Amino acid sequence: MGTILSVKDLRVSYGAIKAVKGISFDISEGEIVTLIGANGAGKSTTLNTIAGLLKPESGEVKFKGESLIGIKPHKIVSMGIALCPEGRRVFTQMSVEENLEMGGYTRSDAENQETMERVYERFPRLKERMGQSAGTMSGGEQQMLAMGRALMSRPQLLMLDEPSMGLAPILVQEIFDIVKELNEQGTTILLVEQNASMALSIADRGYVLETGTITKTGTGQELLHDDDVRKAYLGG
Amino acid sequence: MTFLTQVLNGLQLGSIYALVALGYTMVYGIILLLNFAHGDIIMVGAYISWIVMAQLGMSPVLAIILSVVGCTVLGVLIDKVAYAPLRNAPRLSVLITAIGVSYFLENGAQLVFGADAKVVPTYFNLPNPQVGGATFNGVAILTVVVTAVSTIILTLLVQKTKFGKAMRAVSEDMGAARLMGINVNNTISFTFAVGSALAGIGAVLYSMAYTQATPTMGIMLGTKAFVAAVLGGIGSIPGAVIGGLLVGFAEVFVSAMGFSVWRDAVVFLLLIIVLIVKPTGILGRTMNEKV
Repeated sequence: MGTILSVKDLRVSYGAIKAVKGISFDISEGEIVTLIGANGAGKSTTLNTIAGLLKPESGEVKFKGESLIGIKPHKIVSMGIALCPEGRRVFTQMSVEENLEMGGYTRSDAENQETMERVYERFPRLKERMGQSAGTMSGGEQQMLAMGRALMSRPQLLMLDEPSMGLAPILVQEIFDIVKELNEQGTTILLVEQNASMALSIADRGYVLETGTITKTGTGQELLHDDDVRKAYLGG
Repeated sequence: MTFLTQVLNGLQLGSIYALVALGYTMVYGIILLLNFAHGDIIMVGAYISWIVMAQLGMSPVLAIILSVVGCTVLGVLIDKVAYAPLRNAPRLSVLITAIGVSYFLENGAQLVFGADAKVVPTYFNLPNPQVGGATFNGVAILTVVVTAVSTIILTLLVQKTKFGKAMRAVSEDMGAARLMGINVNNTISFTFAVGSALAGIGAVLYSMAYTQATPTMGIMLGTKAFVAAVLGGIGSIPGAVIGGLLVGFAEVFVSAMGFSVWRDAVVFLLLIIVLIVKPTGILGRTMNEKV
């Protein structure tokens, strides 16, 4: 399995505030990799930079050997990376179906019809509500929509930013099961989570981010049983 | 019978306001900019018709096409040159720029064409149909029909087409739209193009009715259309149409009752009342501040 994404010495700032201070990591095809860390550690910043929404100060981001630096976000989507953003950010005024159509914006109508069928199969709840406007749905349903929408572009690398945020425990489990399933079907996943125990339990590998630097790395199981990680992120 | 004639007059004036208001509302919906240069685009459209027909002696059909195309190109150009570089700047900077563009167009027109009014020749001799004892103005009927058709096409475009849906997506959440693979800059340009094309149509219909082009004609027309857009709820397409018709009717009926001096005052009074009762306008949604 080759490397699908490699990040080298990435630095990102918001004005004078340095959010990401030279991090390096890579993801192999077929893996679930998670970035864990506290609020403000630079997790979302990293994802947004890979997606092209933020411009890094310096460093390298390569997707299948091609540099992503300076490439517009919409081009990055067509290259095969989708980001399911923090806080879901579904288009609340648009219907469920229209939201999915937007997810497949870079694809042809025929492809979208096919992908939509698959998304509806995976998320039957979305099919029941396809005509409903997204803003009227519950948080869990909106998260499913956000994920379905991200899948519409048929990404090779799916980045999920805090998919469990604000959801009831039973839904959190469901969301993680789906992430695992998507991965088993061949999508590489980069997962950012504050719910570290959940994330590490499904991840092949993890990186711990602290105020913009990577302080630890290992397999999901290793980190799950690491004393420092347990103390800092898993409540002892 | 004069009542029906006045209704038609109100519809005619209201339709023109509605066409212009649509441009305001679409641009506001997508980049939250009150494009104060929008009214002046209509002025340019009127001058294009004047040049093509009166100066070059070419056909009215060509004049209409060139006016609409000219306004469309101008609208996109203004966005690219003046607003696009300020996409990440504070909203106030863009607003001031819009006022600057407006002055630029008005004074530019005065420099090129002079301050005196140019007479835009009659495009077509339309029949004025008589029903019962009342005569209905052909241009007025045409104006209402063209506006209705334009509004229907615009609504279909925004609701049903991929590009229209992208416009709605960008207008709701620009960042999320980018993540969908939508080219946000192209979508904004497209919005300016559509809004300015409607202004071009408005320019032709306005010139048919009032047959004059002056450098400052866009100011009051633009202001009234802006009032119409706010009245209807800025950002809302049906709101712009309702607002436009309301302003048109208000003006025509105040004039018909013999208070034409008070015409403009009544329009602004209407705005004040609506803003007190429903600050987001008639069809406006409650604005949620994005965090």
